[in-house]
Amino acid sequence: MSVQVRIPTPLRRLTGGEAVVSADGATVGVLIDDMESHHPGTKERLCDEEGQVRRFVNIFVNGEDIRFLNNLETPVKDGDEVSVVPAIAGG
Amino acid sequence: MDTITGLTCRECGHAYPLSPLHVCEMCFGPLEVQYDYASIRQQLSREIIASRPASLWRYRELLPVAGEPQVGLHSGFTPLVKADRLAAHLGVKELYVKDDSVNHPTFSYKDRVVSIAISKAIEFGFETVSCASTGNLANSVSAHAARAGLRCFIFIPADLEQGKVVGTTIYGPCTVAIRGNYDDVNRLCSEIADKYGWAFANINLRPYYTEGAKTYGFEIVEQLDWRFPQHVVVPTAGGTILPKVAQAFEELQQVGLMESGPRPKIYTAQAAGCAPVIQALHNETDLIVPVKPKTIAKSIAIGNPADGYYVLRAVRDSGGWGEAATDAEIIEGIQLLAQTEGIFTEPAGGTTVAVTKKLIEQGRIPRDESIVICITGNGYKTIEAVLDQVRQPLLIEARLADFDQLYASLSSEQKGEQLKVNPEELH
Repeated sequence: MSVQVRIPTPLRRLTGGEAVVSADGATVGVLIDDMESHHPGTKERLCDEEGQVRRFVNIFVNGEDIRFLNNLETPVKDGDEVSVVPAIAGG
Repeated sequence: MDTITGLTCRECGHAYPLSPLHVCEMCFGPLEVQYDYASIRQQLSREIIASRPASLWRYRELLPVAGEPQVGLHSGFTPLVKADRLAAHLGVKELYVKDDSVNHPTFSYKDRVVSIAISKAIEFGFETVSCASTGNLANSVSAHAARAGLRCFIFIPADLEQGKVVGTTIYGPCTVAIRGNYDDVNRLCSEIADKYGWAFANINLRPYYTEGAKTYGFEIVEQLDWRFPQHVVVPTAGGTILPKVAQAFEELQQVGLMESGPRPKIYTAQAAGCAPVIQALHNETDLIVPVKPKTIAKSIAIGNPADGYYVLRAVRDSGGWGEAATDAEIIEGIQLLAQTEGIFTEPAGGTTVAVTKKLIEQGRIPRDESIVICITGNGYKTIEAVLDQVRQPLLIEARLADFDQLYASLSSEQKGEQLKVNPEELH
C-alpha cells in the first residue's frame, strides 16, 4: 500500500530534494515511521519528544487537517494524498 | 545602519542568514529577525524619531530593511484618537482608539506589514509577489505591488465581501478565489510558494512581514508622549499583531527609548465563531485546537492560527486576558464606535470594541486606568456585515412640505434628541 506524501521545502534536504515521496502504512503515524526509515531525521522534525506532531507542523489527509480527523491515528489508504505544511501567518 | 544581524528560530534558536526563509529546518518553528540592540541604542533617540516624516519608517533602525524603503512611504503613523464619548459610554476614564482604519494606502493595519514585505521582496530580487488573504492583506499587497510595478498573484477564500474583492482586483493583480476557507487557502499557498518560488508576503517573507506590526506598538507609545498605556486590547486572527505589539513595548525598553518598568497588560479579542485562542486561554492550556470558522468577522476568521501560541504567551506574560464576541455583539461594537467616535470599522474592530466592553464589565480592565483599543480595519470594505442592521435613508421628494411632514412623524430617537446632553456630563 502506497501513499503520496507532499514534502515542504524545509524537509527536502532529508528527501534528497524530492517534493513528493511514497510511504507505506495504515495510519498517519505509521506513515511517519516509514518515512523515517527511508529518510532518517524526518520523524524528529515532525514530532516532539513525546511523539506528538509539533506545534508548527500541519498534516493534511486529502486536504483535511488531521486534527479534525483522528490525529496520528487517522487512517490512510492506497491513493490518499498526505501533505506536510508549515504553519502560515495570518492574512 | 547595519542593525539587523540575521534570522533565528524562535523555538530552538538555530541561526539562518537573512534570506527569504520562514521555517526552521530543524523544528518547523518560525524564524525571527535579530537586531543589534546595543548599536540601535546608540543610533536612535526620541528626538531623531520626532524629526522624521510621520510614517512607520521613522522607526527604521528597528525594522528589517537595510537600504532605502521601496514602498509604503506613507504607511503608518495613523491617529491615536482620544475617545472620550466612547469612554463615557463604557464608564472608563482614559480611552484611546489606535485607528488603522485610515492607514495608507489600503485602510488596514496590513499596510504596515506589507510595506516591509514588499520592500524586502524587491531587495531579494523577486519579480512576483503574492499572498494568501482574508481580504485586507490582499488589498495591501495588490496596491503595493502596483506601485512597485511587480507581478502579483492573490489567493482569497471565495466568500469574501465585495469591498475586499474589488479593493483587490482594482489594482490589476491575478486574483484567484478558492472554494474553501482561509485555512484551505493557506495550505494551497504553502504548496504554491514551494513550487513557484514567488515572494509570498505571509509565507516566505513572514519573518520580515511580521516585523512591520511592531510599528503599531511603537506609535501608541510615541503618540502618548512616550508613555505606556496600562491596557491594550488587540484582535487575534492568525496571531501576528499581538505578539509583535508586545515585542515593540519590550524593544522600546531594550533600546533605551523607554525606562524599564511595567509594560501594558495585553488582552485579545476573537469572534465567538472562531475563537481557538480564547478557548485555549480560558482552558489554561497551550494547545490550540483548530476550528472551522463561522462568523461575520471574516478578516479574523482563521481557524488554525499560526502564531496563536505566541498570542497566548504574550497575553499571559503581560497579565492580560481575552474574550470572544458573538456576531450580534460585533455588530453592536461597530455601531457603538461609529456613533460615539465617528470611526467606521470592519467586524474585526467591532469584535475588539465588544470585547473591551466585556472586559471592563467583568472588572478585568479597571475603569480608572488608561486603555487603548486597537482598530485594524475599515468598515467601508465590509458593508454587507451591517447592511441589514442600519437605518435605511428616508426617501422624499425635493419639497419642503414633504420634509416638514416627515420631520413631524419622526420619533425622538430618530431626531437624535438623546444626543442633546450637557457636554460636561461626558467628562
